[in-house]
This record gives sequence, C-alpha cells and structure tokens, in this order.
Amino acid sequence: MPTTNDRLLLLKNGRVLDPASKTDARHDVLVHGARVVRVGPDLTSGDAEVFDATGLIVAPGFIDLHCHLREPGQEMSETIETGTRSAARGGFTAVCCMPNTQPVNDNASVTRSIIERAAAAGTVQVWPIGAASVGSEGEALAEIAAMKDAGIVGVSDDGKPVATARLMRQVMDYCNSLDLPVIDHCEDPSLFAGGVMREGPRSIRLGLKGIPAESESICAGRDVELALLTRARLHIAHMSTTAALEYVRHAKKLGMRVSCEVTPHHFTLSDEDVRYDTNYKMNPPLASRADRAALIDGIADGSVDAIATDHAPHHPASKDVEFDRAPFGIIGFETALALTLGELFHTGKISLPRMVELFTTGPARVLGIERKIAVGSPADLTIFSTEHAWTYHASESPSKSRNTPFDGRTFRGAPVATIVGGQMVYRCERVATA
Amino acid sequence: MLQRLEHLLGIEDLTREQISFILDQAKPFQEFQRHPLKKLATLRGKTVALAFFENSTRTRISFATAAARLGADTMNLQAESSSLKKGESLLDTVRTLEAMRPDGIVMRHSSSGAPEFVAKRLGVPIVNAGDGTHEHPTQALLDALTIRDRKGQLEGLNLTILGDVLHSRVARSNIHLLSKFGVRTTLCGPAMWVPRELETLAPNVRRVTRIEEALDGADVITALRVQTERLHEPALAAEEYILRYQLTPQRLQLARPGALVLHPGPMIRGLEIDDAVADGPQSCVLEQVTNGLAIRMALLYHLVGGAAVEPPPPGKVPDKAQ
Repeated sequence: MPTTNDRLLLLKNGRVLDPASKTDARHDVLVHGARVVRVGPDLTSGDAEVFDATGLIVAPGFIDLHCHLREPGQEMSETIETGTRSAARGGFTAVCCMPNTQPVNDNASVTRSIIERAAAAGTVQVWPIGAASVGSEGEALAEIAAMKDAGIVGVSDDGKPVATARLMRQVMDYCNSLDLPVIDHCEDPSLFAGGVMREGPRSIRLGLKGIPAESESICAGRDVELALLTRARLHIAHMSTTAALEYVRHAKKLGMRVSCEVTPHHFTLSDEDVRYDTNYKMNPPLASRADRAALIDGIADGSVDAIATDHAPHHPASKDVEFDRAPFGIIGFETALALTLGELFHTGKISLPRMVELFTTGPARVLGIERKIAVGSPADLTIFSTEHAWTYHASESPSKSRNTPFDGRTFRGAPVATIVGGQMVYRCERVATA
Repeated sequence: MLQRLEHLLGIEDLTREQISFILDQAKPFQEFQRHPLKKLATLRGKTVALAFFENSTRTRISFATAAARLGADTMNLQAESSSLKKGESLLDTVRTLEAMRPDGIVMRHSSSGAPEFVAKRLGVPIVNAGDGTHEHPTQALLDALTIRDRKGQLEGLNLTILGDVLHSRVARSNIHLLSKFGVRTTLCGPAMWVPRELETLAPNVRRVTRIEEALDGADVITALRVQTERLHEPALAAEEYILRYQLTPQRLQLARPGALVLHPGPMIRGLEIDDAVADGPQSCVLEQVTNGLAIRMALLYHLVGGAAVEPPPPGKVPDKAQ
C-alpha cells in the first residue's frame, strides 16, 4: 500500500454524477492524497495538478461484482497484475474476484495472498469472494468467518451453483450471521447436462447441445425461497433469464434483500448471434432475444442492481478448439462501459445517472458499503466520455487472454481516467484533455 | 455463373443451383459404378486425407472407394490411432495432416462445427463427412439423388422422417436440402427427440405425434437409426419405440402407393424398421449406398481435382477407364 500521498489533484470542470447524493452538476473535485477534500464549482488550488475534465463525466469509482483473475493457479490465462491492469483500463476501481482458482479460495490464507498480490500490483482494489463450501465441492462449509476476517466481501461457489438446497440454507444462515451476501451461480446441473449454448432454434440448427433457460430459473427460484426462509442477503450472479428476473422482482416486492447483476454480453448479444466461434460460448449462455429484452427492461426499471463483467480469461490455445470442448467465458473489463453506453444509454433505454448507479451505488449496496463523491470519501473515481469514438482491439489489452466476441468493434464512449486512492492508475491517451 | 465450392461443410448454405449441379455431376459416376473396370485416372497424383475422428465404417469406406476409383491416393487417420487420444488438439492434428500436403481432407468429427473450424484455419478443401449433430451433407445429397432418380423430380414431394430427429445430422441435412426444392417434411418420433424448434430449421417442416398421421400422403419415408449409443439420454424402452414408431408393412400402406423407404444405415432390423419393409420393393437402402459412391466421386472430382474446371459431359464418364 502506498503510505504517504500528499499530492493535490484537481479535476476541473467535469460533469459530476454522484448517485448517492443525487448530484448531477458541473463541478470541480479536489483530491488530496487518497481522499476527496472539496467538491464544488470553480475550485482553485495553486499547486494542484490539474486534470481538465471538460466534456467528461466524473463518477464514483466503478465496482465490478464478478470477475475471474485466475491467480493462484491459472496464471497462463491471467494474473492479478494483468487482470487488474485490464480492469483499470475498463474504468473499474475495485473488482470482486471469484474463488474458483487453484487452489480454491476457501480459506483465509488464500484470501490473504490474493489481497497481498493485489496490493503489490498496485492498480485497482481487489475484493475477493470466498468459496461457500470447501473446494466449492458442495459438501462442507468453507472457513467463511476466517475468510471474512481476511477480507472477503461475499461468498459463492461460482462456476457452479451451491450444490444442494440444504447446503444453501446452511450457507445463508451462516452468512447472515456474518453479514455477508451469498452470491449464487444459478444452474440446475441435471438440466444443464453438458449443454454448450442456450436451448432454442439456434442450438437446434447448429446441432449444439442446448441448456434450457429453466436451468437458471429453477435454481434462482430455489434460492429466493431459501432467502425468504433464512432472511439472508442473496445476490444472483450473471442473470440471463426472464423467469429468474421475475423471482428477483417478486423478492424485492416482499422487501427481501435479494439482488442481481447482468453482464454486458447478455444485454448486447443473444443466442441468435452464436456461431462456431468459442468467443460466443459462455455460462450462462447467451439468452434468447426475448430474455435479452426482458433483462434490459429489468435494468431500466431498477430490478437489476448492477452490471458485472464476469471477466473470464482463457488463454488462446484453450479457446482455439471445437465449440463443445472449449471452456466457458469471455474477457470483459475493457468493453463493459462502452457496451453499456452503446446498448443502453445511447439508445435511450436508461439515463446516464441510472447507468452510473449500475456501476457504483448498485454494486456497493449489494456488498453493503457506500460509494459516493463527498468531502472525506476515498478518492476512487472513474472519469469517462460518453462520446469518444474508438475501436476495441483485444491485442492491445494488458489481459493475458483474448477471448472476446467484441474484438474490432467500434464504440462511442470510453473510460478516460481511473483513480484509485487518489492515484491515477489508468489514463486514456487517445482522449485529449489539458 | 455457378459459385465454385471451396469446401462442403453443410447443405444449409448451398443454393438450389449448387445442389442440382452436384446431383447432375453425379449422374455419369452412377453409370460408372456398373463399369467392369472401376478405375479412372482423373485424380491420379492427388491425395485425399480421410480424417475420421469419430468411428465410421460405411462412410469411410465409401469415401475411400470413391477416391480410389478416381485414381487418388488416400491417407487414413482414425479415431483409435489418433493423437487426440494422447491429448493433441484438433488444430495441431490437422495441421500435421496438412503438412503432408493432401489435396483435400474428408473429415468426420463428433463435435458440431469441427469441419468449419478446420476449414477456417487450413488452406485445404474440407469435405464434411458428418459433424456431431449438425450436418451430414453427402448423405443428404445421395438421398436426393436416389429420390430424384426414382420420382423424376424432388419438387412437390412429401417426406416423412421417423425417429430421433434431435440427434440426427442426417435429418438436418435432408431437411435443409429438400426444403430448398419445395419438399414438405413431416417429423415423427418420441416427443423428446422431436422438439418443436425443429420446425424452424427450414420452410415446410411440421411435427406430428402419431406415425399413422405422419405416413399419410408420404412420397418418401426416411427411418432414422435409433442411436443406442445415446444411452446418456433418458432411455426409452425398445418395446415402446417399436409399438409407436416402427416402420411396418401395415403402416407403410398408409403412405402413397410406391412411396420410397430410405435409411441412412446402419439399420437395426426389428427396431426402427421391419424386415419386410427393409427388404421390400419400396426400399432404396442398397441403392443409397451405390449412389453414395457416385455423389462422393462427383464431390472429390469437383473439390480435389482443382484443375478440372469443366463438369463432365452429361451421361459420359469424364475419363476413359484404365
């Protein structure tokens, strides 16, 4: 951790969008060291470094609730260092890494080592998610309390669902007592049954084994029922179906602490886009067009709490195989904001303040923390353009992996600077500012 | 001008004209199968690699024979001996094969899309000899040739496909091909093997539940093999299948007089098809096998014989038998 940082940084003339205080105004933000010290119009500070944010949005630091950094154990695909650099380029100031590493993050020593490696990398903050069960094998409870002391912010057996309703009930009861959210990858293994894409006309045409939408929604229904029973905090990961969304809506109506996230690829693409290209293979699979539309409605009406990337790096050779043999997942940090702007904001489906919520206060609420731009708050800030035109080239990414269906796509809007604890960990050279 | 084929990966993306062209090109090769000396020099000096990553007897022998009768040499790669078993990737395996400079690769693989995957990465013509549950284009072409010979034309016919359509690449290729010629297709089999999404594959495809209704008015009936290797699927008792879907002489009478019976083989007598139907006058099963040679010779001639731009004159063998 950087110990002393007395630097003054003045962000001039940006549009400050702070969902927590409902601020949407042309303001300056003065950062001293790791904290915001002043917010207001026409600030001056003689010896501050000035960043001209004219024409840009200044938002609280973006949080990604769902990513895979692959360390320890799968460093061929990604490391904490390369993954967090990629996250910084995507405008994220904090990322939650899932526990399906090798070894699985199911005990405090793995948790501590992840946090230490992230601090050494010195870019964005890494908030680990601990496994719910030992080895994520769905039998015994993991050392959740010890991991919480070490720094986990939630638990999940991501990559697979918490195996049984009985175990899920125990995990929920226990996590409730520790005030941790339980994050579930909703899937019914018997319906999933070796599928590789969403079941539907496209899977039939391609001759690829389909996964019915009900694989997700049946598990989401189970989890919502159990959350009702246990009063636990439940968060549904990478939600992709209308029926699962309906369970979340129902739970919210009952006042339950149930939340969910949607990935940019699920609101951008549908199963009709799938071809024999393993960059279209992810889990949950790309949904039907109707489900995609329902997810966008859910994002717009507040039913969806957060946009999360599910950044899932796989080294090129592992993806350059037959479709049904490839691992699931795509990288996503660097395209998340641009896809959200392009698919949801520029199309008029959501407002800019709503979009900022989905990357800041939304995920923060899931984790039970605050996210705001106010005097005294940590200087974790994301500065972005809604207009900058650019082309995404996966080959330029600091990530070790290249598995994305968005390579070569042109975008309108991009992260311009990422500030973590007062340090600018990413600055987009292509966008000219003073 | 007819678009020259680079590969044969599936039927779905072919035009009706391209399909007719291939069927027309097969005509002289049909004649040729009756010739006493079955050897041409057309592809002399060419090498065809037979890369069968999934077990096959009939299709592999058919392609090997087609290549031999055209005078080509063949290289054999079979699943059991394949380095895939030793952990090599498909890409490395086919690149090794390519380095031996074949002029075409005939490929069968259990993964849908594998031939397309290879075609995009190598510079050699690829012929799909069956990929997963996706397509089996040469089977559809030989079926079309068989039907056209017997019925005079494809247009306006009613086709009924019986059995496990969901897992059948033969059914998909047949549906794509015949639909382009205005054939109306009826699918019938155990409900879990005939999902409603199959109706979206091509125009004029419908599902019916009862075999009696499915056979009513049929001009052509394809009985699919009940794939006993699909045991990981919830198993259906053979007796149930026989009771509801076996093609029997009584049921065949519900079809149009002179309706054709096709089967892609291997056939399990007494399960999907009754002996009397399999061996009856309406059965085209052995004709399908012979026509398979003609279709595969025509395709190899077209795809591998890169220099031969002109199709052979109709009704004549493109080269004197040696």
